[in-house]
Amino acid sequence: MAVPLTVHSRVVRVTHWVNAIAILVMISSGTAIHNAHPTLPFSIPGVFAAGLGFIGALRWHFAAMWVVMTNGLVMIGHGIISGRYRHKLLPISLSGVVATVGETLRGKLTHDDPSSYNAVQRLLYLGVICSIVAVVVTGLAIWKPVQFGVLTTLFGDFDRARLVHFCAASAIALFVCVHVVMATLVPRSLLAMIRGH
Amino acid sequence: MSLRGRRHRDGEVILREAARRVSPWTRRLFLRNAIGLGTLTVLGGCDVVDGQSAERMLSQVSDFNDRVQAWLFNPERLAREYPEQAITRPFPFNSFYVPNSPEKAPAIDVANWVLDISGRVERKDGWTYDQLKALPQFTQITRHICIEGWSAIGKFTGVRLSEFLRAIGADLSARYVTFRCDDRYVTSIDMASALAPQTQLTLGFDGGPLPREHGFPLKLRIPTKLGFKNPKHIGEIEVGNDYTGGYWETYGYNWFSGL
Repeated sequence: MAVPLTVHSRVVRVTHWVNAIAILVMISSGTAIHNAHPTLPFSIPGVFAAGLGFIGALRWHFAAMWVVMTNGLVMIGHGIISGRYRHKLLPISLSGVVATVGETLRGKLTHDDPSSYNAVQRLLYLGVICSIVAVVVTGLAIWKPVQFGVLTTLFGDFDRARLVHFCAASAIALFVCVHVVMATLVPRSLLAMIRGH
Repeated sequence: MSLRGRRHRDGEVILREAARRVSPWTRRLFLRNAIGLGTLTVLGGCDVVDGQSAERMLSQVSDFNDRVQAWLFNPERLAREYPEQAITRPFPFNSFYVPNSPEKAPAIDVANWVLDISGRVERKDGWTYDQLKALPQFTQITRHICIEGWSAIGKFTGVRLSEFLRAIGADLSARYVTFRCDDRYVTSIDMASALAPQTQLTLGFDGGPLPREHGFPLKLRIPTKLGFKNPKHIGEIEVGNDYTGGYWETYGYNWFSGL
């Protein structure tokens, strides 16, 4: 019997799951922090805030940020240096995205090969990587608007950086919803991220 | 203990004096045991993280964050200063007490008011309002950033804290400067931030005297820290090496809270 081909290396799997947990903590605590003085014209329902009060949310947010940052450095650094991102996520073409959407609508989209991503997957994965970078950079900009004033100015000012932080976090939350649905629909992809093949 | 309490005849004020001296550590321990701030609950209501051990871990990370922020702090990096047009009017009122109402702000008569000085200082004489007014003043238009996420730009006039600390002969190598307030609020800051050029003992606001709701007669304006590190109605300044924490810090806000 042939040894199954490894789709995701151990580094990819470990950093993926550490990131998944840390991002969930960041999103739920971030929701509770948002609700203390909403950016949106309404508060996000408390059910997404993990039962945290405002102070508990702050403490979790400023603890899990270290996990997101250090794990993210390994995850994204590995993706770039190993060439994984270049091979798996590039190139992305508009025609490829249109073709994938067309196949999906005609019911002809297949996920036969979990080691290769279609154009929409590539776009979403690249998008969420950029959103993670954006959420960390804007997070630093609003955490330290004096010491990292250069970053804050890059986004205009404190309020603008806070808005971009919220938008990037929302983009990640939307990605997580789609990602979880797809992983449930294609359980082989979930297995591959757990056992590697 | 300073002489501050003896200057008041009012028993209630003396009680408040005592309250503002309750060790934040005692309250901190009580709070930690009383409420699991760290409890993390997932959809459906099951606690996925045990409150006690999570709370310990979160406190350790908060202490680590204090050290990281002290290391990051560069007094030469100044908070951005804004033009007059950028000033937020009306400037929002916010208090630690409930309800969040300016009606509850203490009404202080400066004729009977003295700023007490204690701890590691050479000259512990109290300061009257007029004595403070006679010191050199400077004005800043900076952004006040609340931990809740809102912010507002205000114009503040007052004495450079670094110059005041030198005037009272404070031990500038001490670790903490603590502010005890006449609304029973307490907070403390690190000496490096206290000596930063924009850190101000504020007497004036938006061209006039400091209004009652914004901390008359004296508040701290420290644009390199979050809003809750800008105490109002300061009654006593203490310089020392023992950690004194603060009101919100007792409830779990990060102590350094630098910007």
